[in-house]
Amino acid sequence: MSGCPFNHEPAEAPDGGTQPAAVGPHRRGVSRRGLFSLAGVGGVGAVAGLAAGYLSHDAVAAVAAPAGSGSNVVPFYGERQAGIITPTQDRLHMAAFDVTIEDRAAVIQLLKDWTAAAEAMTTGRTTGATGAVDGSYDAPPEDTGEALDLAAGKLTLTFGFGPGLFEKDLKPRFGLEGRRPGALIDLPHFPGDALQPERTGGDIVVQACADDPQVAVHAIRNLARIGFGKVRVRWSQLGFGRTSSTSRAQATARNLFGFKDGTANLKSEDAAPLDEHVWATAGTHPGEAWMAGGSYLVSRRIRMHIEIWDRTSLREQEGLIGRTKGVGAPLSGGEEFTAPDFAIKGRDGEPLIPIDSHVRLAHADQNNGVKMLRRGYNYTDGSDGLGHLDAGLFFIAFVKDPRTHYVPMQMAMAKSDKLALEYLKHTGSGLFAVPPGIKAGGFIGEGLFA
Amino acid sequence: MPGTTLPKITLPKIASRSRKSLAIVAAAAAVPMVLTGCTDNTKSPGASASAGPIQVTSTKTECKVSTGSVPSGNLSFAVKNEGTEITEFYLLAEDGLRIVGEVENIGPGLTRNLVITAPAGKYTTACKPGMQGDGIRAAFEVTDSGNKTVDADFQKLVDTGVQQYTAYVKDQTEQLVTGTKAFADAYAAGDASKARELYAATRMHWERIEPVAESFGDLDPKLDAREADLEPGQEWTGWHRAEKDLFPPAGYTALTATERAKIATQLVADTEELGKRTRTVVLSADKLGNGAKELLDEVARGKVTGEEEIWSHTDLWDFQANVDGARIAFENLKPALAQKDAALATSLDEKFAALQAELKKHAKGDGFAYYTELSPAEVQQLAALVDALGEPLSKLTSAVVL
Repeated sequence: MSGCPFNHEPAEAPDGGTQPAAVGPHRRGVSRRGLFSLAGVGGVGAVAGLAAGYLSHDAVAAVAAPAGSGSNVVPFYGERQAGIITPTQDRLHMAAFDVTIEDRAAVIQLLKDWTAAAEAMTTGRTTGATGAVDGSYDAPPEDTGEALDLAAGKLTLTFGFGPGLFEKDLKPRFGLEGRRPGALIDLPHFPGDALQPERTGGDIVVQACADDPQVAVHAIRNLARIGFGKVRVRWSQLGFGRTSSTSRAQATARNLFGFKDGTANLKSEDAAPLDEHVWATAGTHPGEAWMAGGSYLVSRRIRMHIEIWDRTSLREQEGLIGRTKGVGAPLSGGEEFTAPDFAIKGRDGEPLIPIDSHVRLAHADQNNGVKMLRRGYNYTDGSDGLGHLDAGLFFIAFVKDPRTHYVPMQMAMAKSDKLALEYLKHTGSGLFAVPPGIKAGGFIGEGLFA
Repeated sequence: MPGTTLPKITLPKIASRSRKSLAIVAAAAAVPMVLTGCTDNTKSPGASASAGPIQVTSTKTECKVSTGSVPSGNLSFAVKNEGTEITEFYLLAEDGLRIVGEVENIGPGLTRNLVITAPAGKYTTACKPGMQGDGIRAAFEVTDSGNKTVDADFQKLVDTGVQQYTAYVKDQTEQLVTGTKAFADAYAAGDASKARELYAATRMHWERIEPVAESFGDLDPKLDAREADLEPGQEWTGWHRAEKDLFPPAGYTALTATERAKIATQLVADTEELGKRTRTVVLSADKLGNGAKELLDEVARGKVTGEEEIWSHTDLWDFQANVDGARIAFENLKPALAQKDAALATSLDEKFAALQAELKKHAKGDGFAYYTELSPAEVQQLAALVDALGEPLSKLTSAVVL
């Protein structure tokens, strides 16, 4: 197996010949939990009693509920990609890749390889035929191994394609002429943008969300490894502490400003609004029909000047946000989920929810009724060398069409939102077309490359 | 250039923005009481066993106050609006007219704190559901706890400080208008070296009064927008437009004489308009205190990072000017602050002095070293002193206004 990139070894085809692997989901990959279960059942001598007991217990559980069907597994295959309306997991590792080759067949093969690996990892199995420990003693293991004995952790892997996959230097790539969706625009410059090229763009994005950071990191690490020579990581971002809830079953989490974030977010239970605001349609020209049922992912790395924020009075903080810090009620009154009343005016004749507050500017009522599904995460990337945390919000949103569902709102915020003007700085950006889900036996982006 | 990049600062030097920040101050000014989480009354000797914020419940027909008598000191009222309309809560003096403290704009269901310092005496509490009428009143007593309360001259000290700062703003604005004319003349005439010489020094007058100047949301972007601040299609005018032309980056196409003249004329016109408007600005202690804090925020966000003057690298002139503006505001409030919180006054004195001493190390002739001449260690030292000052400075407003 040595020197054999993931999934490139000839596989037995039904006709007995060999062909490049387009291997079904259950053919490869060792169950991480299963592996250890066997060790427990087999009574490997070195295993200490306590561990053996634990593992035996695990083995029983594995028999009762084989890997891939546990409550910590989010199905990978389906009509939509997982990781969009899936209740937001606790952790994020997102990576954007540049495709460094110009060979269409190789890109398709990579997407097939990634599909198989993604399916394996989301069900808690290792990548490759022999996983982390069952391969040749003289070869590096096919799976990096740091997720061995960890549960699947509700891992979801969500793939999207950036403008650079379709065009480079104004020339079409990979035979994708006419396939770039109209909605996959080049985002305009928003006032105040301080985008760093090394944190912006990318040809393919992978969003890994899991309840365990090690599972999410393992996933991106193995996909990157599989892609070496074809793709190069352009940027990646770790996130902790989801800042929005995408299900009514979840409590609203807080961002690093200490405020509840995502109170008015679209929820997975909202089928009709999701159709209206999140799921993409076939578009207006035939070449983009492959996006029907997909979505568009906007990512923005938003640095927060948290030290300056922390020196700001509670009055000003609440005025900037438009909600109370404690329960998250709109300043017009009520509880967290009370609809904001933008008209109600106070003693000074000014609205209780200030004109330039974040809540007002971001609210659907102020944006032609458009909504988005946000899946942002807090991030802290160490410090900035001046004694301040390099921390903020890694904003992720899924929208039906960024031209109507993101750009106008972000333009308004960048121009008028005092919070954005004084306390935020956008340092990274990305827009990606997220194709619909994959059926078993298919591969990610199959419609695009059909 | 050696020593121009800090090891971990990889952010591009694109300007951060700040504008209209005084609008926040203005909103705060409508209610002179700063609401904090202080609950000194809970610790006062003689406080009842059930101490904690005094609970006030306001409904359409009632104004329940959990106690009718408390010892003097800092009083904290937690006012909960259980009605369906916006409500307000007042603590009035014995005459029922003079407002000792108030909290406005409490939406239905919300709770707001009112924290004030009250000497012993008789008072009246009032809730005003719907913000109408005389409100629902009740007698309230503050007994003498033995804690020293503020001097009767306190308000006079505050008023004097505010007057002094108002005069300072006027003086700086006049100098800004005069200086801008000289700069604009040189720039329009194509005398680039003279314009470059005047650029940073003239801008200092702007930077000293930035929170006031920025309060005019239409003028601020016309005068002080950085290139990165622009929205698509927006015309770029003001200081930084000229800056890029005077300190051009590689590959930059210089403006024509006509374009320069247009920028210069507009700069003078907008600055004169600013001068006109600042004459009627009404300042108050909280505006001074918050303005001082904001000036330090400006330093931390844009100056100490070299983002403000991305082409001229004259950030230290702005830095000094922001510190000047903050220090003057503080010093104008210091006599009043000394009565309320002498330790804070002393601490701020020390920290202003330490920052000023460090800045002075980078003085060169009439001005300063360029930002690009600072070593990473020097930038880090300045940033540390800005933080050391910024933190206590953020407490100035509540200390004086409470």
